[in-house]
Amino acid sequence: MFDNELTRAQKGLTRRGLLAGAAAFGSLAGSFSGIFSGVAPAFAQQRAPLRLDITQGNVQPIPIALPDFSGGSGADAEMARNVTGVVTADLRRSGLFAPIDPAAFIEKNPSFDAPRFPDWRAVNAQGLVTGRIARQGDGRVQAAFRLWDVFGGTALDGKQYVTTPDNWRRISHIIADAIYERLTGEKGYFDTRIVFIDETGAKERRVKRLALMDQDGANVRYLTRGDDLVLTPRFSPSTQEITYMSFGQGDPRVYLLNVETGQREVVGNFPGMTFAPRFSPDGQRVIMSLQQGGNANIFTMDLRSRATTRLTDAAAIDTAPSYSPDGTRICFESDRGGKPQIYVMGAGGGAAQRISFGEGSYSTPVWSPRGDTIAFTKQGGGGFGIGIMKIDGQGERILTEGYHNEGPTFAPNGRVLMFFRDPGGNAGPSLYTIDITGRNEQKVPTPSYASDPAWSPLLS
Amino acid sequence: MPSVMRFSRAARFAAIIVAALTIAACANKPNEGLDGMSGAAAVPGSQQDFVVNVGDRVFFESDSTELTPVSRATLDKQAQWLSQYNRYSFTIEGHADERGTREYNIALGARRAQATRDYLAARGINASRMRTISYGKERPVAVCNDISCWSQNRRAVTVLNAGS
Repeated sequence: MFDNELTRAQKGLTRRGLLAGAAAFGSLAGSFSGIFSGVAPAFAQQRAPLRLDITQGNVQPIPIALPDFSGGSGADAEMARNVTGVVTADLRRSGLFAPIDPAAFIEKNPSFDAPRFPDWRAVNAQGLVTGRIARQGDGRVQAAFRLWDVFGGTALDGKQYVTTPDNWRRISHIIADAIYERLTGEKGYFDTRIVFIDETGAKERRVKRLALMDQDGANVRYLTRGDDLVLTPRFSPSTQEITYMSFGQGDPRVYLLNVETGQREVVGNFPGMTFAPRFSPDGQRVIMSLQQGGNANIFTMDLRSRATTRLTDAAAIDTAPSYSPDGTRICFESDRGGKPQIYVMGAGGGAAQRISFGEGSYSTPVWSPRGDTIAFTKQGGGGFGIGIMKIDGQGERILTEGYHNEGPTFAPNGRVLMFFRDPGGNAGPSLYTIDITGRNEQKVPTPSYASDPAWSPLLS
Repeated sequence: MPSVMRFSRAARFAAIIVAALTIAACANKPNEGLDGMSGAAAVPGSQQDFVVNVGDRVFFESDSTELTPVSRATLDKQAQWLSQYNRYSFTIEGHADERGTREYNIALGARRAQATRDYLAARGINASRMRTISYGKERPVAVCNDISCWSQNRRAVTVLNAGS
């Protein structure tokens, strides 16, 4: 049975691969798209013993073996090794997988289709990934992988992708996402980007640039030159546009920037400073604060009709709005009760419900992509922490605290937060990730100081 | 580029407060529209006169936009001087210390600038001469991890427009 299934799977891969290859022609051109995945082959719907339950608080990482993908010789072999390295790093950083040291491997070059399972059991691998990279006649690259349950001796997943060689990192992240999803039952978050503020120079005159990178810190790209102070960038759902605040000539304003074309425009013709922007989940609106005298009120602008709508009108600072993923509600920060606290209101405005009641003040609320929690910055006791609470304010948990932690942003699967931490003094901030369980805190590598991260949706 | 020049100007005014001796160094940078800055003695009615003899800034308590008695006394002097030298238009820059979040501090700085503006308006300064801007916590003048710095950064600074 196993052999039959595998044969069928191989046929599937070949067929899908060809289809993917055909579809990919003429649609790459340096855009974010252009990677086409084959569909997972129809393996037997059997019991799957290799599965990580990540709903529990304390997760034991899965020991997984990731021998180098095969890649022929020369540049392809190097690419194969690099792909393996990126997949391995993604899985390790998630904290849910424990990649095994390749030095321990008994089978050095496992067959793509028929690894020697006893050899992998002997090194205590529960999962095994075999992969291969091959160059097509048109110069593009085929990347394929198989995910194996070592103890059952069965293939759990297998996919093939065709793309241009310069997309090798994305292919790696997509493979890591597939493995993550197959073994945890939840979508991954590796094929994503981070938009953030790059910071250089002395604190009194810090130069801030809008920057974009892959979630693992690779492929940093600067979107502004640092002439104007820029703050709080956020992705559109399509990831093609960014909204952010910039101090240019005149009043500081909320801008839209098309990442591909570089085209920039002011959002709305507001009579004063606008700030704290975010997109609505459908990408049709930008929600932001407008400064009106001593008060800040929340407005939206419809990007098609250009119509603006006022949502709050309190004698207070109302800012940092964030939509629920279904677009029906908005959480925001307001000091209408004295100190900054988190409130929730309908997407059309109106009465707002305060949801934060702990000691200290609460800022920068952001709604989880899962819809069930809100992450925030909490200031109190001389420090700043990052926490989450349910959308009714119950179940508050502080995940990390210290001198200064600020501005959480959710990974698209809602399991990981990124935020920035500033040690104070003349030093500057760095980016960190932490699981919503409060475990697995990791520093994100950036070229210099970095702040105000925002996580993109999955790119594919 | 204009924003960069504005920052450098603000930083230079700050330097004068800390140590008036730096004025000579500033004068070595001509063509920035700050002729009134040159020379050791403040010419009455000059920008230097305003900064040194009147005081260009007021300070706030933590997370507060209330003008203290000291701040009101400074703003009374500012209003008097600005009435006398009414050729100047100016920008009130509101700032916050680093002990707050980015968005809230933008609004807090704006509120401080507004409180300053309202006070000067009540003292007879024409609103058309005044513009406000907030830098939130983005432009501290003092950098350390305690109140000695934070208290200097929670401020509203009246910046005379160079061209006026």
